[in-house]
Amino acid sequence: MNKLRSNYIYFAVVLIGFIYILRLLQIQVLDDKYVNIAERISLRKQTVYPQRGLIFDRNKKLIVYNDPVYDLMVSVPIRLKGIDTAAFCQLLQIERKEFDIRLAKAKRASYRGKSVFKKNVANLLYARVQERLFEFNGFFFEIRQDRNYKYNSAAHLLGYLGEVNRKQLKAQSEVYYEQGDFNGKKGVERFYENELRGVKGEEYFYVDKFGVSRGSYKEGKLDKEAIDGNNLHLSIDIALQQYGEKLLDNKMGSVVAIEPQTGEVLALISSPFYNPAKFNIQNRGKFYNMAINDPTKPIFNRAVSAPYPPGSTFKPVMALLGIEDGAISKNTHFGCQGYYRLGRRIIKCHGHTFSTSLQRSIASSCNTYYCNTFKNMMQLEKYENTEAAYNSWQTYLRSFGLGKKLGIDISGEYRGWLKDAAFYDKMHGAGRWNYARIISLSFGQGELGLTPLQIANVAASIANRGYYYTPHVVRQLENMESIPEKYLVKNYTMISPDNFGPVIEGMQEVTISGTASHIAIPGINIAGKTGTVQNPHGKNHSAYMAFAPVDNPKIAIAVVVEEAGYGSTWAAPIAHLMIERYLMGDSIGPSARAYLEKKMIDSDLIPNKYKGLRNKSLYGE
Amino acid sequence: MESKSRIDILSLILFVAIAAVGVASVYSATYELGAESILEGRSGKQLMWFGVSAAIGVVIFLLNANFFELFSMYFYVALMLLLVVVLGIGSDINGARSWIKIGSISIQPSEFAKYGTAFAVATLLSSIDFSWNNGKDLIKIGTVILIPMGLIVLQGDTGSALVFLSFFLVFYREGLTPTILVIGLVAILIFVLTLVFTSLYFSGGIVVLFLIFYAFTYSNKKLLIPSLRILGIVVMFSLSVQFLFDNVLQKHQQKRIQVTLNLIEDNQGAGYNVNQSKIAIGSGGASGKGFLNGSHTKGNFIPEQETDFIFCTIGEEGGWVYSTLTIGLFMAFILRLYHLGNRAKKKFKRIFICSLASIIFFHVLVNVGMTIGLMPVIGIPLPLVSYGGSSVLAFCIFILTALKMDASRDGDLVSTYA
Repeated sequence: MNKLRSNYIYFAVVLIGFIYILRLLQIQVLDDKYVNIAERISLRKQTVYPQRGLIFDRNKKLIVYNDPVYDLMVSVPIRLKGIDTAAFCQLLQIERKEFDIRLAKAKRASYRGKSVFKKNVANLLYARVQERLFEFNGFFFEIRQDRNYKYNSAAHLLGYLGEVNRKQLKAQSEVYYEQGDFNGKKGVERFYENELRGVKGEEYFYVDKFGVSRGSYKEGKLDKEAIDGNNLHLSIDIALQQYGEKLLDNKMGSVVAIEPQTGEVLALISSPFYNPAKFNIQNRGKFYNMAINDPTKPIFNRAVSAPYPPGSTFKPVMALLGIEDGAISKNTHFGCQGYYRLGRRIIKCHGHTFSTSLQRSIASSCNTYYCNTFKNMMQLEKYENTEAAYNSWQTYLRSFGLGKKLGIDISGEYRGWLKDAAFYDKMHGAGRWNYARIISLSFGQGELGLTPLQIANVAASIANRGYYYTPHVVRQLENMESIPEKYLVKNYTMISPDNFGPVIEGMQEVTISGTASHIAIPGINIAGKTGTVQNPHGKNHSAYMAFAPVDNPKIAIAVVVEEAGYGSTWAAPIAHLMIERYLMGDSIGPSARAYLEKKMIDSDLIPNKYKGLRNKSLYGE
Repeated sequence: MESKSRIDILSLILFVAIAAVGVASVYSATYELGAESILEGRSGKQLMWFGVSAAIGVVIFLLNANFFELFSMYFYVALMLLLVVVLGIGSDINGARSWIKIGSISIQPSEFAKYGTAFAVATLLSSIDFSWNNGKDLIKIGTVILIPMGLIVLQGDTGSALVFLSFFLVFYREGLTPTILVIGLVAILIFVLTLVFTSLYFSGGIVVLFLIFYAFTYSNKKLLIPSLRILGIVVMFSLSVQFLFDNVLQKHQQKRIQVTLNLIEDNQGAGYNVNQSKIAIGSGGASGKGFLNGSHTKGNFIPEQETDFIFCTIGEEGGWVYSTLTIGLFMAFILRLYHLGNRAKKKFKRIFICSLASIIFFHVLVNVGMTIGLMPVIGIPLPLVSYGGSSVLAFCIFILTALKMDASRDGDLVSTYA
């Protein structure tokens, strides 16, 4: 009997052996589920961030470069055990309490995956912590590219980087960004994000349960190299930009300079400005609130976002429209006795000769001339009624790029204000308004708002005698055949080229014998137009529009200085100084202009109500 | 006659082969800790324990063959005393008070208790007047088993206590009625079914089955009473299983059992080890990831990998081929040991050697079973493979003693197969 039982036992041993071997066959050979799970658990993908494209000015001067930021990550917060917390806190220079809070936060963000423990660790601290990090299982650094800047300049234009927000993460059609990635938030950084960012790479490696690397996966067979972003060459002349910023310092306003022959933006300034380095990833946290609490709105890019009534700078356009539409001729004179009478209302004019030609009306900025022109235009017989005439008027304006976004390659562009007839129908009732209601449009006041960019584009269109290239700041994208197509085509205004002659003559007279003659630059033939814009909230805005040289325009410029006074006092000198600087380079002329330059630089035109509320550290070094 | 006897070469080869697999696996499972070679770190320590065992083995082989039989009860008593001592002065590791610290070395008396108990069992069963029908004898044999089990349970090491159930295999081999084993297996079946279906549904099902059975056999009145009795016992047992499970077992014990039965999935809690272990072994594929190349092993995802879960390393790095080979080695070794037991002329030796074979069988059954998800997690080592000085030393001494008994069998007079 025992022999039999003994055999049963042998049988049991063999049976169990077989069952186990079959079970192993099942989970090891037949079922590949576990291979996949194992790889999911112990295989980690590390993103390799490419170098973001560098940004240069038109003279190949480097403006923006990359600067690494270090994020201290914790790989698997839940498995963080056996760490000398006290030593770690000391190393990081944080309190135990902060450690706990950060860890709890990391756990909330991702219980079993990596999450950020401390963002933007300073370079010095990084060096010290990195050296000893091996003692603290589960912590590692992730390196990403932040921006840094060669010049404290052009902040609005360049924009800044920030973390991709949730909406953008959701909206991507092809998944590229992950939570925590940077992308351009403003300016060219945003507009050329896809070109600048490059392509992220990937590295695969094994990790242990703390997430610490244990060597690369399959000798890096699956790894993907990062592709660096394309370098961006801007049309901006950084020297001119800086010069303009110097002139505009302690003023609220804007300068936009365009090369008329190409539409390339030479300078784009909004003041007050901030130091772009204060708005990079590492620093923005400290300065952002400061910036948004500043009543002078230093983040606001006035150059492309702020609509101003153009005031008298609008008169050349009005003249062009009048001639083109047949409301006046090149030889039309209007008498002016110092005012324009409209029933019981009087619109004042400035002291000048009684009868004005088209040219003189521009040079002396005669309001009466344009009230008459506008009245004629609104009452032309070819139009059925005022609505039709008005709509024709604003269609002309739209052909100059007014009342719509021009399409510059900077974020935040505003289309300005240009109403159609329906707006006045609604305001006054259909058929119940005529030219008299809207007469102030004729000299650039009323329901008309142009951004400095649009004013500069008008100057460029006049300089080109009838067309403009869409203004842009890109000059070249490395590794790309061409800049975007839309910047290479001419946009024609509805004004025939022949009609520009007398208007340009008038603008030339402005700088010879007109409102800007006191600041003429010997040797440079400038066509300009001053503007003094009525401002219900304070002093008048000072405005100026010009291009030069008249015969072969190299630069068209618009300047607006808020709450400063006459156009001829502030905006015009700043424009002329910049034109001179651009056309003559550093060989700056006679000393008489040095006085003018010093006056512009030294003057503080920030309204008193805002003084003391500004924080200088925002734009200082 | 003594001169003819020599050590069984096949067992020795299997023994050394298993030990070699063990040292290599321990090295692979722990070399990330900084050991430069297999001679350092934990694998080095493991080797050292085998060295110590070899030295003790020499002593064992120098002893007179009858020494063990003469002193067998002293071994038992001494080792039981050690179990008592550990309760008093032992140190707690992983929640069990199983360790006595002597200098830098920790000894786990429960590993040696099996050795002592095998002596006691062999002595009792081989005594001339022992009978399975004698109540006194049954009490004696029960006491011999229950003393170490109880003491080890008191230490908080239920797993090691369960190992003593392997003596039932020896009892069966020696004539204990199989009814007990059958009842045991049926009880386990009822236990599992109760937990799967809950006792209410299980009992209901059994009653329905009984009624069907009764409908076919109602003419046979003799069957009614006994079958009703069985029905009652089964239902009562099922109900009490439910009660014991819910009210006596601790939460983590309940969970381990439920995880094994696939009743709950708890891959982060109670099921974490098993899940990770299955992943490691399963990802090994047919031929494995290669020695020292197991990503899961390297990543320390499996707690206790060099001890209780050492089979993961073999499974992951050696794949199905080496897992099968390892299981094959164990099965061959166990079968060979049973064979050595069966060929012994003395009943004492037979029972002792068969006890060893049964204990190793139980360890392999449970240990490998839990790593591949066929057994609940019970923390007992894989003999000769798992890292651990006490386990290695105890098994080596156990095995070498058995081999010595076998080597000296020719001097024995009586052959008792009955």
